Amino acid sequence: MIKLSFIYVLMGLLMGGVALLNAFDSTNPRRINNTIFWGTYSTTFLVGSYLTDFANGCLVIVMVAAVAIRGLGQGTVVHTTVEERQASARRWRNLLFVPALTIPLVTLFGALYLKNARLFGVALVDPKQVTQVSLGLATLVSLVVAMVMLRPPPMAPLREARRLLDSVGWAAVLPQTLAALGALFALAGVGTVVATLAQRWIPLEHAFIAVATYTVGMALFTMIMGNAFAAFPVMTAGIGLPVIVHHFGGNVVIMSAIGMLSGYCGTLMTPMAANFNIVPVALLELPDQYAVIKAQIPTAIPLLIANTLLMYFLVFRF
Amino acid sequence: MSAAAFADDQQFVFYMIVLIGVLIVIVGFAIRLNPLLVVTVAGVATGLASGRDLHAVIAAFGKAFTDSRYVAIVWLVLPVIGLLEHAGLKERARDVITRIQGATTGRVLMAYFAVRQITSALGLTSLGGHAQMVRPLIAPMAEGAAESRFGELPPKVRFTIRANASAVDNVAYFFGEDVFIAIGSLLLIKGFLEQNGINVEPTSLALWSIPTALFAMGLHFVRLVLLDRRLQRELGTRSERVE
Repeated sequence: MIKLSFIYVLMGLLMGGVALLNAFDSTNPRRINNTIFWGTYSTTFLVGSYLTDFANGCLVIVMVAAVAIRGLGQGTVVHTTVEERQASARRWRNLLFVPALTIPLVTLFGALYLKNARLFGVALVDPKQVTQVSLGLATLVSLVVAMVMLRPPPMAPLREARRLLDSVGWAAVLPQTLAALGALFALAGVGTVVATLAQRWIPLEHAFIAVATYTVGMALFTMIMGNAFAAFPVMTAGIGLPVIVHHFGGNVVIMSAIGMLSGYCGTLMTPMAANFNIVPVALLELPDQYAVIKAQIPTAIPLLIANTLLMYFLVFRF
Repeated sequence: MSAAAFADDQQFVFYMIVLIGVLIVIVGFAIRLNPLLVVTVAGVATGLASGRDLHAVIAAFGKAFTDSRYVAIVWLVLPVIGLLEHAGLKERARDVITRIQGATTGRVLMAYFAVRQITSALGLTSLGGHAQMVRPLIAPMAEGAAESRFGELPPKVRFTIRANASAVDNVAYFFGEDVFIAIGSLLLIKGFLEQNGINVEPTSLALWSIPTALFAMGLHFVRLVLLDRRLQRELGTRSERVE
């Protein structure tokens, strides 16, 4: 059975390769930091499942230290010139899209059909992790297609991965670190404290104020936690169910659906949702860390207002 | 834990110390310290403030980090994307768009928005993403559409277009996926309400997600039309010179 652990081995090898390339690259002024950072990250994938929680925590701290003390650097990578790439683009034409589109299409195929696939009576892919495993397998298929088609030197994929990962840098591990922060927030009961504050000091005796507190609270709380999924249970238990549903008799389905989507408006506005808002900044090589958030705020705020009004006009009517 | 868990106001006010992590995050991000450092410090501070010892806090941090390794799988696409970029993928994406009459940055992004939102609403959420689609294909197409009209773009405009390409992927995905009945968030809502003794159908949750989905599309389309106008206003006079 193909499990997530198989994909983690691939991840570990990729990150380990990136660490090694950095170790032998004298053009990178911070090569020791880069080697420690990617090497430690590689360790969390290769043996993370077998280490104690405390040991894993220490590995994270090592990575953070590699970033905080003098920071990561980038080697001078020899990349093709624009003319060379244009010539290559003219040669391959639309065939170049084939490996790129292979990734989403194979992922999709895997997510839809591998769930129930069986080989000799054993599930081929762990059904609980089918989407993630499919994405991992899709990248392998796509890599094979690209290697057969373009015939680059065997080390080229790793060199390219290293170029891109070094330009993404620390942002690569931010989503996981934020998940860890969210777990500590939950453990410490941060959500309960915020909901208690809202309950005690906001006048909830008017239906509109209750609705607005819930939708805006979902957005704000999502901005703090970086994830609407973490905000939903807290806000709904604190304000949604007791005030909107039980006190004012609102429709629980409409409240929950629009409440979750109000949380998403918050997701658009927070650096805490790193994989949506900070990682693309690194991937697109934008100088402003908040460029994507700034592009989203003018949609997020009117949409939050729209959600509040939609909920107010619909939730007591059905 | 609920509000009732606090014996009295004094105990509650005392417990508000756990908000220290939230404060660290807000201040840290505002003064633009390294986010990785800010988040780690905030996590450790929150854990300590809740009365746990350092060993337990680091262990909790390590466990959650390791449990969420799956979010990093997307980095596996980088070797292929790098190879294809090396072979001119971005340049080809630009060429293709330049040949389409009437293609503008806004229209390219609107087309991607529609495809991304509709496929997400059908549960096909993996047909997109910043590493797989936006960097190699969508951003170069959006830039290419502007280049074919206005010539070489100033870096600032180029960055604005790229940021907007990422924004389209996010907005279309967020407000499309909840229309699909088997998506994680609807199952979370259903599970949470069940714990509170309320049974709901995912289909009805999906149905009531449609009005917001339509609003999101309408709003964002207006913004993309405005983006086109802004590009025309800022760069339009230049194009006459170029031609």
